[in-house]
This record gives sequence, C-alpha cells and structure tokens, in this order.
Amino acid sequence: MEDLSLAVKARATRESGRIHIGKRFWAQRYLMILTLPAVVWLIIFHYVPMYGIIIAFEEYNPVQGFTFSPWVGLDNFKELFIDPSFMDSVLNTLKISLLKLLFGFPAPILLAIMLNELRAQRLKKVVQSLSYLPYFISWVFVVGFMYTLLDPRTGALSGLLQWLGFISSDQLLMGDPKTFTTLVVISEVWKNIGWNSIIFLAAIASIDPQLYEAATVDGAGRFRKIWHVTLPAIKPTVVILLILNVGGLMNANFDQLFLMKNSMTQDQANVLSIYSYEMGLVLGRFSYGTAVGLFQSVVAFLLMLGANYSSRKITNESLF
Amino acid sequence: MNAVHRTTGEKLFDAVNVVLLLLLAFVTLYPFYNILITSLNDPADAARGGITFWPRVISFENYKMVLQDESLTGAFAVTVLRTIIGTATAVLFTAAFSYGVSKPELLGRKLFLILAIITMYFSGGLIPQYLLIAQYLHLKGSFMAYILPNLFSVFNALIMLTFFRGIPKEMEESAKVDGANELTIFWRLILPVSKPVLATIALYNAVFHWNSWFDAMLYGGEHLRTLQQILMQIISSNSNVSLMASNLGMKAVTAESVKLATMVITTLPIVFSYPFLQKYFVKGIMIGSVKG
Repeated sequence: MEDLSLAVKARATRESGRIHIGKRFWAQRYLMILTLPAVVWLIIFHYVPMYGIIIAFEEYNPVQGFTFSPWVGLDNFKELFIDPSFMDSVLNTLKISLLKLLFGFPAPILLAIMLNELRAQRLKKVVQSLSYLPYFISWVFVVGFMYTLLDPRTGALSGLLQWLGFISSDQLLMGDPKTFTTLVVISEVWKNIGWNSIIFLAAIASIDPQLYEAATVDGAGRFRKIWHVTLPAIKPTVVILLILNVGGLMNANFDQLFLMKNSMTQDQANVLSIYSYEMGLVLGRFSYGTAVGLFQSVVAFLLMLGANYSSRKITNESLF
Repeated sequence: MNAVHRTTGEKLFDAVNVVLLLLLAFVTLYPFYNILITSLNDPADAARGGITFWPRVISFENYKMVLQDESLTGAFAVTVLRTIIGTATAVLFTAAFSYGVSKPELLGRKLFLILAIITMYFSGGLIPQYLLIAQYLHLKGSFMAYILPNLFSVFNALIMLTFFRGIPKEMEESAKVDGANELTIFWRLILPVSKPVLATIALYNAVFHWNSWFDAMLYGGEHLRTLQQILMQIISSNSNVSLMASNLGMKAVTAESVKLATMVITTLPIVFSYPFLQKYFVKGIMIGSVKG
C-alpha cells in the first residue's frame, strides 16, 4: 500500500508541472477577467500608436492607413534637417529646457531644505501645503492670471514692476519676445516648486536623527550640518531626478507653451512638441509631424541613456 | 528639543528663512486672491486698474453675466459629468488590473507588468494617438473620447499595486474558504479596505478631468466643450484684444471681467476642496516613491 501511494504521488508531482496552460487559465479565470481588460487597453491605446510611428517613414493618407500608406523611407527626415523652422524648434526646446533645469531643478531642493530648517512645525505644515496648491490648477488658469497681473495698464504685478523701475509703463510683457522665455521659466517654477519639493522632503525626513546629533557633538553649526548631513543624504534622490529631467529635456511642456504663445511670441514658443502639433494636426501633414515627434522621442531616450551612464561613472548612482 | 545654542548667524538664518517662506506663501496665494477680488469688482471700475488688495466697487455683475451664459453652463455639465464618470471608471479599471497583477500566481504576470512599464518610457506620440482616436476608433465628437483613453494609468496602477501587496493574505484566504471567487473578493473585500489609495487615485483622476482642455479641443466638437477649454478660448481671444493695445472701451472691459469670473468658477472646486483633500494628494507620491 505504501509503495502504491508513493508511486501515485510521484506521478502526480511530475504531471502537475505539465498542467495544461488552459487549465491554469481556467482556474484563474476571475483574476483574468480583472486583469485582461487593462492589457487590451494598453495594446489599443499605447501599442497601436507605437506601431503608428511607422507613418514617419511613409506619406500617410487616411484611406490607406498606418500599414498601407506609401513608403518613403527617410524622406521626411531629410526634409526635417533642412527645415529652418525645425532647427529653430530644436534650439528653442534646448534653450527653454536648459533654463528650466538650471533654475527649476535646484529650487525645490532649496525649498525642501528651508522647510526642513523651520523650527515652527505648524508654519512648516501650512507653507508646505500651500506650496503645492499651484500644481493642481490648470495651466489655463495660470496663463489667465499672468495676462491679468501683467497687463501694462491694470495689472497689479506690472504696476509693482513699474513702480520699482524695472519696466516702462508700456511694456506688454506677455507679448514681448525678449521676456517670453523668462516668463516661461518663472511660471514653471511657481507652479511646480512645491510639488517637486515633496520627494526631497521625504528623503530628508528619513535621515537618521543620530547623524545630526553626532554632528552637534562634533561641534557643527547649522550650516555645516546642512552641508555634511542633509545634502549627502539626498544625493541619490537628486541624481535620479536629474537623470529623469535630462531625459525630459526635449519635452518643454506643451500645455504651458501652447497657452502662452501668441502672435507676437510665436517664434520663441516654437518648441519640438508644438512644431510637431502644428505640422501634424494643424497643417495636416501627419507624416511630417510624426517624424518630428519621433526625432523628439529618440533624442530624449538617448539623452536619458547618456545621463544614466555618465551618472553611473561619476557618482555611482543611476536609474538602471 | 535639544539645548539650543544658536549663534547670531543662525538666528539671522532662521529669521531670513521664515521671511522667505512667508514670501513664498504670499506669492503662491496672491494670484488667486487678485483674480477673486478683481472679479468681484465692477467691470468699468476695474478697467482703471490699481486693484491690488481689496475690491474697490463690489459688484456681482460679472458673475451674473457668466452664469447666464449657456455655453458655460453646458460646459460645466460636461466637465462635471466627465469628472465623475471618468474618475469612477478609471479607478475601478486600474484597481482591477493592479489587483490581478498583485497575485504572484497570475499567468503572464511578468509579461503584463513589462508591457505596462514599457509604455512609461516609450509612446507613439501625439499624432499617431490622434489618428487612432479620431480616425480608427471614430471617437471624435463622442463623450467616450473623454473616458476611454483615460481608463488606465501605469503610474497609478503601480501605486495601487504597492498597496494591494500590503494587504494581509489571511483576509482573502478566509473569504475563499467561505466560497468566494476573486471577483467577489475584489468587490466586497479589497475595495472597501483600500479606501485610502482609491481616494488618492480618484483625486489624481478627478483633477485631470476637471482641468482638461486639450483633448476637448482635439476630439470634443461643439457640444462637448469643457470648462477649461472655454476659459482657454476666452483667454486667447482676450490676449489678441489686449495685444492690439487699443482702447476698445466697454468691450475689452467686459471681456476681461468675464474671463476673471470664469476663472474663479472653474478653479473654485479645486481651491475650495484643497485644504481637506491635500493629504491624499501627497500620500500617492509617498506610496509610489517608497517603491521607487
């Protein structure tokens, strides 16, 4: 009897490893009902458009669709690189993104450190919560109040700047190509500084208090503590976010620029994503617009790889 | 706290710190405040400028005008509808996937996760997506164009996934012993227990839908305009007016005041509910970043 049941058990174990996929599927059918719809959704709404990138190499027409439109190879890209508006959009994108990185990346770090050094806890909570309110309102609202506050005749902010002597009484800041980029960077910092500081605050909050105590024992004052304890502790977070931001250098915020763009500043506002939109959806040159978009994605990806690699070499931290 | 021996330098630092942070709080709030008080000001008087800290001539004219505008009330209905339906569907849809993927025994689990995560780094771009939605799926002009493309978000799914993994197995196992299948478990057990993370994801989705204007512009058509889209149209036509820098008298005044009242109405729900809900906004990032 013993031998028989052992043999049965042995056979059952061998067979369970080869249980038919269909049977396993059926056993999990309810989990599948929960999970598969999203997979189908991903395929339809993400992978089909990914396939649709192919039209950058075609001359797309709606009747023949993604797959059957005539193939033109790299013609769209050849046209791209001699297109002066395209070159402008690349330069504008880089200019705006680099400025945003220069000012907008350290700002949340600074804010996090300042909030952390605050002694009054209630004030800290209030200021912190207030600081990420702008993140949740739309760019439409932000651009709306920029026009209002900067109106040369009636705007409160314009009035202040005139009183301080920074601008003359007729300067229409929102329509001035020279101030456009500055306004773009400032408004982006205003909108995102609070939200971006959250992750740094979380990193700072997880610092072991004993490190600070040890520093006090060693005679360190406030500033040295910040320099030697706080900053090194958030270094990994800073590096990772920096890599991500460098990867996003090609993006330059479509929403904000689309809304801030007007007839006087359209040259400054011409960035890659806007150019792709205008070529593709406004002028109807779907293939050309997609080629711009593909250029943007590929460069972004390469930038991210480059940033990741150099960061690994220099600081030993990296995303992957 | 600890024995405080603050040097003069440190005291100065603290004082400057407080001042700067208060300044930040002011700069954050002031735009909202300015828009509010200017919108409550008589339009003709507002055109004279100089309204900084208090309305000069209080009047509700602007709001009366705006609230009677049919296109605005229509857009309000569309926006509310899409926020409610879009949020509810997205939360359920995303939670279902996350729950399934949180089960280690799920067939194809790794494949599904990889499929999802790839889309965080690569995408087809604006134009193929537009062609898909407008042409292939024929969703242009349909309310579904607001709902379907927003049913799922990988980022939100990962946040939910982290949360679901933390739910003790014993709860589900005892339900299974009682004969429940995974659908029942999901609906009756998991969802009620996951209220914090569901609330957070619901808020992210709600804010997205409430603030949306670009998809309305691309796919909406005349009858499906959203609030922010109407505001955007007001602003672009306004900016053209003010750029012409000519005195259009009453017309410019009214246009600007309409814009201000519309701004207040469209943003009020968010600003108003913010103090009560903001802790949910932050929780999401915390849960997500612990994993990252």
